[in-house]
Amino acid sequence: MTENSPGQKHSSPGVHPFPHRHLLGIQGLQPWEITYLLDEAEAWVALNRGTTKHDGRMQGLTQINAFFENSTRTLLSFEIAGKRLGADVVNMTVAASSVKKGETLLDTALTLNAMHPDVIVIRHEASGAVALIADKVDCPVLNAGDGRHEHPTQALLDALTIRRRKGRIAGLVVAICGDVLHSRVARSNILALTALGAQVRVVAPPTLMPPAVERLGVTAFTDMDQGIEGADVIMVLRLQRERMDGAYVPSVREYLAFYGLTRERMKRARPDVLVMHPGPMNRGVEIESQVADDINNSAITEQVEMGVAVRMACLDILTRSRRGVEGWS
Amino acid sequence: MTALAIVNAHIVDPASGVDMKGNVLCVDRKIAAIGDISIPPEARQIDANGMILAPGLVDLGVVAADARACAAGGITRVALMPDQSPVLDDPALVARAMLGGKPDLWIHPFAAATRGLAGEELAEAGLMKAAGAVGVATGRRWIPSATVMSRVLSYASAFNLPVVTHAEDSSLADNAVATAGDTATRLGLPAAPAIAEALAVARDVMLAEEYGARIHFRKLSTRAAFDLVRAAKKRGVAVTCGVTPAHLLLSENAIGAFRTYARLSPPLRSEEDRLATIDAVRDGTVDVIASGHDPRGTDAKRLPYADAAPGMAGATTLLPLSLTLVRDGVVTMNRLIELISAAPARLIGVHGGRLAVGDEADLVLFDPGAPWRIDDEEMEGQAGNTPFDGLPVQGKVLATIKGGEIVRLNS
Repeated sequence: MTENSPGQKHSSPGVHPFPHRHLLGIQGLQPWEITYLLDEAEAWVALNRGTTKHDGRMQGLTQINAFFENSTRTLLSFEIAGKRLGADVVNMTVAASSVKKGETLLDTALTLNAMHPDVIVIRHEASGAVALIADKVDCPVLNAGDGRHEHPTQALLDALTIRRRKGRIAGLVVAICGDVLHSRVARSNILALTALGAQVRVVAPPTLMPPAVERLGVTAFTDMDQGIEGADVIMVLRLQRERMDGAYVPSVREYLAFYGLTRERMKRARPDVLVMHPGPMNRGVEIESQVADDINNSAITEQVEMGVAVRMACLDILTRSRRGVEGWS
Repeated sequence: MTALAIVNAHIVDPASGVDMKGNVLCVDRKIAAIGDISIPPEARQIDANGMILAPGLVDLGVVAADARACAAGGITRVALMPDQSPVLDDPALVARAMLGGKPDLWIHPFAAATRGLAGEELAEAGLMKAAGAVGVATGRRWIPSATVMSRVLSYASAFNLPVVTHAEDSSLADNAVATAGDTATRLGLPAAPAIAEALAVARDVMLAEEYGARIHFRKLSTRAAFDLVRAAKKRGVAVTCGVTPAHLLLSENAIGAFRTYARLSPPLRSEEDRLATIDAVRDGTVDVIASGHDPRGTDAKRLPYADAAPGMAGATTLLPLSLTLVRDGVVTMNRLIELISAAPARLIGVHGGRLAVGDEADLVLFDPGAPWRIDDEEMEGQAGNTPFDGLPVQGKVLATIKGGEIVRLNS
């Protein structure tokens, strides 16, 4: 192992840096645990930028990616992360509609478990579904998104991106804009960023604002111009097609006019504002192309890069106990 | 002749205003004598040791007629919701449903308000009344069409049948599994605002008033809804409402991290609304406390929260949970018995919920102070799923007597 290899740094004696069996959400993590995950991920960024992107520490371990909801990017990211760590990665993708709800979900969990995986990565369309499965299996479970509830690795990769670009998170003004109501990305980000000391604002049309969202420690704005005023970071959320045409907002052009991130509107934020988007983007709906492609402000491709590093860190940390890493049994 | 005497009891019978020490003698299924009476030597005797003897509980609007759970909970009659398989929308089905629990439990069915409970076409309320139905009910759901509901109400009024309805405006609450607020937001659950209940109550109170019908809201849970009922009662509208112990004792906090046993219909509410529910019991706006007994098997509960079936087993815990209200000084013991026995019996027009010579001898003997712990593994009857699992409670049924026969005796 090299000097900067992940897992080398040890925190103070007696304090376990990450005393959790699963990663089901940001909820329940202490700020220093989040920071530990980010620190660990930092080292993987360097490996991923090198020519030999391989580390064999998960050699012989089986990683199952069980995706009950369609995904391309997140699935790919987890697959690459696992492979770079040397794990045997298997993808199980099930269009949610073809799986009968109910018993089948737990039966599927038991079936997966019987194959003795060493870590399972799960995405499911229902809030709470991943925790339900985690309860029934013998190995660590990583939540890759459950319904509108949480998407912890997305929040970690966003935090890592911000920290690398801004040098800190505490004290920054972060505006999370768009379909906050249906967004697990927003929930996990609110939890992570407030825990790390950012001032978080959420900006959404009233129809897409979660009730009582202020109770999560954020300030809510329905006026985007006010919401991004002086912001250090603007995080734009994806608006699903089926919500555009009259269901939650009247039309695409109206949404773009009042809640789209345009160059004009961006002037209200700080000049060095960081623009982020969890992808996939709807160009011309929630974000103008020129904003998304602006190399000075946009961190959108960097987020994807950080995603792999963060997932490698999570997979490494969650499997340390079964790998018998000293201090992690 | 079979005779049963309960002696040394503290008799509480709100219907007759009796609250005294004494004995009750049952002969051939009927109550033969009450008070300071002599006991024939051949009568079997139960010494109550000063414990409370009250009319058997009448549980208004259960979804499952669960005789074992009712016996354990001191319930001797239930009014059964039409949400059965098949739906109680036919006189023959009503007649058959009545026979289900006998002799230990008498079942008084509610007729489906609409065919198949689809909320569209009127079901045969008159014929079902002739077959034994004690009211008309919309089932677990609200009827979205005001036209259909107005016809249900006006038609039922001709037969003097109460209309029992669920109060959640489905156009607002159909996909919701929780109350809009910070719990639903934190968990990312589809939610509807609490006013979905008051919207439904407002419409149905006005329709009932317009058509001179009797309406009963089976389970209310929000301040805004109680305010509407309170105001309607003042105007003289024939409106009544019920609550369940779950909505009196639990707020949405009980959902915790996706505890599907706390998935109920209506969903658990904010703490403010929970307190408003208690206030509505205190000031008499609430007429009935019912268990809402709607047990769901573990297969229907071990699911992601939004996919889990709403409902809980409540029959065995109705009395002990309701007794909390007496200990907390919300109501007197006499008023509580009114809420869980006399009032529901009156509402459905049956000769129960009272201790009168010549009536069916339906009795419950209980120790209001006896402590125990709710354990869903040990609950009687169907699928012991309860959000109260593990809760220490006070109040234990010692004996349940239906028609002078002991159906349950706990030492």
